[in-house]
Amino acid sequence: MPLLTRAYVIMEFFVSNQKNVVNVEDVKKIARLSRLRVEDTELQSLADDLSGILGWIEQLNEVDVDKVEPMTSAVAMKSPMRKDIVSDGDKRDQILKNAPKKDDGFFVVPRSVE
Amino acid sequence: MTDLTKYTLNDALDAMNKGEFTSEELTTAHIKACENATKLNVFITSSFEHALEAAKNSDKRRAKGNIGLIEGAPLGVKDLFCTAGVKTTAGSKILDQFEPTYESSVTSNMNSQGMVMLGKLNLDEFAMGSSNETSAYGPVINPWKKDEKLVPGGSSGGSAAAVAADLCLGATATDTGGSIRQPASFTGTVGIKPTYGRCSRWGTVAFASSLDQAGPIAKTVKDAAILLQSMAGYDEKDSTSLNIPVPNWKTSCDKSIKGQKIGIPKEYMIDGMPRDIQLLWDQGIEWLKDSGAEIIPISLPHTKYALPAYYVVAPAEASSNLARYDGMRYGLRAEGSDLNDTYSRTRTMGFGDEVKRRIMIGTYVLSAGYYDAYYLRAQKVRARIVEDFENAWHKCDTILTPTAPSAPFTLGRKVVDPVEMYLNDIFTVTTNLAGLPGISIPAGLNQDGLPLGLQVIGKALDEDNVFATASALERAANFNLKPKKWWIE
Repeated sequence: MPLLTRAYVIMEFFVSNQKNVVNVEDVKKIARLSRLRVEDTELQSLADDLSGILGWIEQLNEVDVDKVEPMTSAVAMKSPMRKDIVSDGDKRDQILKNAPKKDDGFFVVPRSVE
Repeated sequence: MTDLTKYTLNDALDAMNKGEFTSEELTTAHIKACENATKLNVFITSSFEHALEAAKNSDKRRAKGNIGLIEGAPLGVKDLFCTAGVKTTAGSKILDQFEPTYESSVTSNMNSQGMVMLGKLNLDEFAMGSSNETSAYGPVINPWKKDEKLVPGGSSGGSAAAVAADLCLGATATDTGGSIRQPASFTGTVGIKPTYGRCSRWGTVAFASSLDQAGPIAKTVKDAAILLQSMAGYDEKDSTSLNIPVPNWKTSCDKSIKGQKIGIPKEYMIDGMPRDIQLLWDQGIEWLKDSGAEIIPISLPHTKYALPAYYVVAPAEASSNLARYDGMRYGLRAEGSDLNDTYSRTRTMGFGDEVKRRIMIGTYVLSAGYYDAYYLRAQKVRARIVEDFENAWHKCDTILTPTAPSAPFTLGRKVVDPVEMYLNDIFTVTTNLAGLPGISIPAGLNQDGLPLGLQVIGKALDEDNVFATASALERAANFNLKPKKWWIE
């Protein structure tokens, strides 16, 4: 990235990022929701990273989106309908082929109900 | 004997039709080139034996008069497309041992048109990156180099580098925010992202489903047209696949652009853009004028907001798509003390830092209380960006911009701020948000002798004019430079 562009953007990012959007407690919560482990020593730097990115994203607040419908599909088209019938199957061994643990035609997973 | 790796795809197909050489000879030459280029680290998995077998079968088909669109052409496949019986990693440790039992629709289309697959090409992990440095299998090295090693761009860095180094006649790639076009620009190759829905996403590892589109990286515009034709087509297994015929894009490349209106968006003239890139853009405008096109200044006022909108939408969809990697049915598993602990250990061990960062941003913007402020707002801004283009199409047929805001940069360069890396996609991301086709073609060198690309953006489904305009630029630029083959042992 050319220096000037970088400076331009970083400046813009600091202007919009005067408060820290994400704190350490938020990171813990997001990590738990994401099923990711974050070491205590990494919490602060991740909070800074995420705050930086989210602070930069906040410039979206400048856009007038009054009466604008949120975009949900890239090309205008109707969702196609299909018959609700089984069109594929009998592939137990293929489905299990990449299982990290399997036994007698079943996936083996940790206990999920106490 | 002539070096068969120097052929373009189009010329090689012609030569095989005339019986000048066989697919087996062509494939053997490319395998040798690949074996001599391990320094570039373009392959995650090579499948040379399988390729030779496929080449022999192709020669047999040809003998019977059964000739596909890319019959007998040795090609590379980005390691994001599932290939039956050949490991598919998505550049991630979490899929390190994953061997699909099924074939992606795109590669399946290509197989039925005669593809000879040389192997699976390196990429940024889950296609998240602009330099190929997030791959769990080490970075790809750009065949173009100065004193230092350079990145090939990303995420389709392996595809771009392999084509630039003449290791294959073309390669598949994918583009979520610029992942075909930016690496094409960085390596002096051609790369097109078609209209969203042209290529089926079925069997391609998902990153951000409303943005992901497959396309080729090739040596020439015509090669890209042939490859895209072999990849595209309706697929009932992808509900966003467009049920419309695939045009003959090869002929689009010979179309005159006389009288075409080319838009030049003023918002793409960003502060601090390198002079080389501005000069090249000006040169591109002159070339198009000389080809009989009319240049129209246009405005795309929401351009500035495309990148931040993208960094809400893409991570949100990624966090949802990547929830499937839980260590239960396929992929890596790291056993923990209970189910949740196993999930967390698996994902923490299996994903790299950039992927984790994006999953966390996505989780945050989708979490209760923030959904409206971030995700919903970003989707509304996205509608504004679409509107910008709709307005522009009243005035012009295609749009000319630079592809990337910089030339290829040094490998291992320290990036303090993740946002800085995200800026690589500043000129490409708008077309993903709007679902439009965009092509990058090599147009010149910067003052350091490194390749720079120009981008042509078209209306939805108008790849025809995109190929025509890109071909006119290609003829005028006459870019026929190749990197020196420093990597050969």
